[in-house]
Amino acid sequence: MNRRDRFSTSFAQADRLLLWIYFILTLVGWLNIYSAVYDESHHSIFDMQVNYGRQLVWILTSYLLVAMVMISDSRFYSTFAYIIYFLVLILLVAVIFIGKEVSGSKSWIQYGAFQIQPAEFAKLSTSLGLAAWLGNIKRRFEDFSTQLVAYLMIFIPAVLILAQKETGSALVFASFILVLYREGMSGLILIIGLVSAVLFVLALLVNKYVLISLIALLLSVGWFYLKRHRKKISIWLVLAAFVVSSVFVFSVDYVFDRVLQPHQKTRINVLLGKEVDLKGAGYNVHQSMIAIGSGGFWGKGYMKGTQTKYNYVPEQSTDFIFCTIGEEWGFVGSLAIIGLYVVLIYRLMQLAERQRTPFSRIYGYCVAVIFFFHMAINIGMTIGLLPVIGIPLPFLSYGGSSMWAFTLLLFIFIKLDAHRHEYV
Amino acid sequence: MPVTQLSQQRKFAQRRYVLSGIVVVVAAIYLLKIFFMQVVSDKYKILSDSNVRRVVTIYPARGLILDRKGRKLVANEEAYDLMVIPRQVQNLDTAELCRLLDIDRKTFEARMKKAKDFSRYKASPFVEQIDKETYGFLQEKMYKFQGFYVQNRTLRKYPFPVAAHTLGYVGEVNPGEIAADPYYKMGDYIGKSGLEKFYETQLRGVKGEKIVLVDVFNREKGSFENGKYDKPQKPGLDLETSIDLDLQLLGEKLMQNKRGSIVALEPATGEILAIVSSPAYDPNLLVGRVRGANFNKLSRDPLKPLFNRAIQATYSPGSTFKLINALVGLQTSAITRDSRFSCQGKGSVPIACSHSHYSPLELIGAIEQSCNPYFWGVFRTTLQKTSEGDIHKGYNIWRNHVMSLGFGQAFESDIPNQAKGNIPSSNYYDRYFGPKGWNSLTIRSLSIGQGEILVTPLQLANQAAVIANRGYYFPPHVVRKINGVPTKWPRKQSSIDPRHFETIIEGMYEVFQGASGTARWYRLENIEACGKTGTVQNPHGKDHSLFIAFAPAQKPTIAIAVVVENAGFGATWAVPIASLMMEQYLTGEVKRTELLEKMSNANLL
Ligand SMILES: [Zn+2]
Repeated sequence: MNRRDRFSTSFAQADRLLLWIYFILTLVGWLNIYSAVYDESHHSIFDMQVNYGRQLVWILTSYLLVAMVMISDSRFYSTFAYIIYFLVLILLVAVIFIGKEVSGSKSWIQYGAFQIQPAEFAKLSTSLGLAAWLGNIKRRFEDFSTQLVAYLMIFIPAVLILAQKETGSALVFASFILVLYREGMSGLILIIGLVSAVLFVLALLVNKYVLISLIALLLSVGWFYLKRHRKKISIWLVLAAFVVSSVFVFSVDYVFDRVLQPHQKTRINVLLGKEVDLKGAGYNVHQSMIAIGSGGFWGKGYMKGTQTKYNYVPEQSTDFIFCTIGEEWGFVGSLAIIGLYVVLIYRLMQLAERQRTPFSRIYGYCVAVIFFFHMAINIGMTIGLLPVIGIPLPFLSYGGSSMWAFTLLLFIFIKLDAHRHEYV
Repeated sequence: MPVTQLSQQRKFAQRRYVLSGIVVVVAAIYLLKIFFMQVVSDKYKILSDSNVRRVVTIYPARGLILDRKGRKLVANEEAYDLMVIPRQVQNLDTAELCRLLDIDRKTFEARMKKAKDFSRYKASPFVEQIDKETYGFLQEKMYKFQGFYVQNRTLRKYPFPVAAHTLGYVGEVNPGEIAADPYYKMGDYIGKSGLEKFYETQLRGVKGEKIVLVDVFNREKGSFENGKYDKPQKPGLDLETSIDLDLQLLGEKLMQNKRGSIVALEPATGEILAIVSSPAYDPNLLVGRVRGANFNKLSRDPLKPLFNRAIQATYSPGSTFKLINALVGLQTSAITRDSRFSCQGKGSVPIACSHSHYSPLELIGAIEQSCNPYFWGVFRTTLQKTSEGDIHKGYNIWRNHVMSLGFGQAFESDIPNQAKGNIPSSNYYDRYFGPKGWNSLTIRSLSIGQGEILVTPLQLANQAAVIANRGYYFPPHVVRKINGVPTKWPRKQSSIDPRHFETIIEGMYEVFQGASGTARWYRLENIEACGKTGTVQNPHGKDHSLFIAFAPAQKPTIAIAVVVENAGFGATWAVPIASLMMEQYLTGEVKRTELLEKMSNANLL
């Protein structure tokens, strides 16, 4: 097959629904950035001085990337998965030394006028690496070594990104847990993860001794209940659970005080309502909620958002782009955007399940959960349900690196899916 | 692939439902929260409105007040108020703001509390009347002071420090005034006295409103909905007064260091040409932030500079009132111009004459000589003739004639707070002496303008105008045009026939032009004037010196009253001052500079 044929068959076979969602999201994203930063003094939509001008360039170059992915050989990705993984890992290390500092985080590599953020591409490379590792049919997930390597493959780039103070991007690596779960990881880990999160929040809010008493009460009630129904449960397991959760509760303070950065502590405190910080994080969320909340059912209309238009919402074209949607398009728009993401994620999972190779399936799940985490963390932050974590909304937020990275992430899967019949 | 592994794979495939379940649950929670924020709750809409829309009041320039030749008596000056919307204040660098405004922390907190007590959501003045330099500094740093903005205002400015009492002053509205007229909002200005008060609705114009969008950096980003909801302002109307600035300036100069007043009128129209009350104050003292302190200082001054003597001080009219008695006598046919009453000089009973002269005199001579016994005769005869046995009847006839000449009441004109003076009613004497306890003799001091009668300098000037007009007057007023449109005032006809005025004018003519007239030393060059002096005994000190006059005798264009308190004999002070005033008005200059200097330099305080 020559390149032209490959290109046309790829598009012919590509999933129409995903293509449409991608196209709609990039378009909506651009329109909203235009609305958010529109200023009468700039007229051309290609004006490189303003965000919407640059974003248009990012979108158009992303379409070029789409074409390149479509032309490429679909086997390229599984073949070179490890190499790509290690190349990005090197970049992540390099950025610590040669990186350029942008607003507090040293995560950019600059080459002339061109600058990229390797962290954005680490999600892609980790997805590929993980898919290659777990997708090898000779490997069994139950093996300890398989799991250990998988965890390390996730953990190492995450730590490197955390070292660049890109907390949001690092947090996204937690989404791979969901992929591991799909591939056979014990569901208990998910439950323990959920319980720890709840305990963490409660430990910050409630008196620790009250909390521990509550845990003891819950565990003994549970134990008696199970016993009465003649379920076998060891008293030692219950006691162990009690000890572990008590230690966890008491270590929360230590983690909170020593491990987290001051601004992160503030963000969490603001979210929990323990602190009013209308200067920093609290201010952003407050303004963001005003913008969204004032949108009403139908919204204020395109370009008519007052909160976003007059710079009340900070970072409104990047992390807080959802405010523009909420304010100008109202509940209808919010529903449409969240709906689009849900359909996108659901479709990705659906298509992942129909893959013939574990590599494609795992990669497909990686893509789905990455989008899910980005959507959940970003929107959760703008509506005040999660602490402020700087993380882009896929295809909507302003930014070249994220635009390219998400495009590659999605279209590599679309490519793999289009050629799923070619694999054994 | 081994079978076990395949079945396990199938089992794990079921986990996609758990995963998609998580996605759907998270999306549902988010949408619920968003639905609550956008549709159920109002909170964010309200916050959003106060975030970005700022209603800025556009204060129209207050109307100017001009003199009769178009010269500015009251002008405007740009001023700036720093306003605050307490709820929008955040991230405030209090120290820097205090430093810029030159206020201390305590003042800052007190004002902030006051603003919060008024409203957290509405703007109220934080610092008023910031000077231009401070405004300049402030403007550059406004982005730092969220919740604050600068409101343009105009302040009054007086290019000439004259006629302060008449012009009045402007001050901030008080709660009572806000309650009385919902037009006013806290921090608005309102005319508190004088013309500023009387013409408040014309001068203030109509406030406008501009809704501007403001971004988070406290920068205005243009109008809201292209100004659809803005209310335009209407500028205040200009008042053209009848005051002649040159005459007013001269009057103030002549009256400096004296207690008293001058009122000059144009008889044909009732227009006030000059109105002086002394001691006076510089109207610029009652402008802006210094007003409160200065007002307190002025109100404690024992010389009472805030007291507008020209309209509020009441005096016994003294000899000037003899003219009135003569007019009533002539009108009631109790006397004629040839009537004679004898005078025994200082030995006259019941009223002595102040000086000796040929006796008996006829009316014109009696006016010229100001003979007390003569006017007692006139008064007695008048009451005798009209009473027909009942003093009440006669007295009421006399009183009605007097009041038709403008006494005993405030003029219905644009001068607020006039004193009424007093022409006692017969009831008053009934109460005092009993209904049968009084007769013309009891109230004989009325015949020479003493006793219970009280008049204001304004009424005295009006008396001169009525006589000059031969029987009618227009209520003395200050404003003759509002934005070019003439003001209208009702013509008041007195109950005295014009021919009787001719008679007494002959007497007044002799006061100036007669060989032994009391004002003969202060005749005007080439202009014949008429006048009447008065010296009023004052229980608190030296006599008050009174003089009324008009000129030219045949076609008068100026009528004037001068009162100099505690100055002694009328002719010594009031006459020369009136004479100089008439010279200024009629010739446009004062040639008798020596007299001018002497009069203005005299200190009678
Ligand atoms: Zn006499």
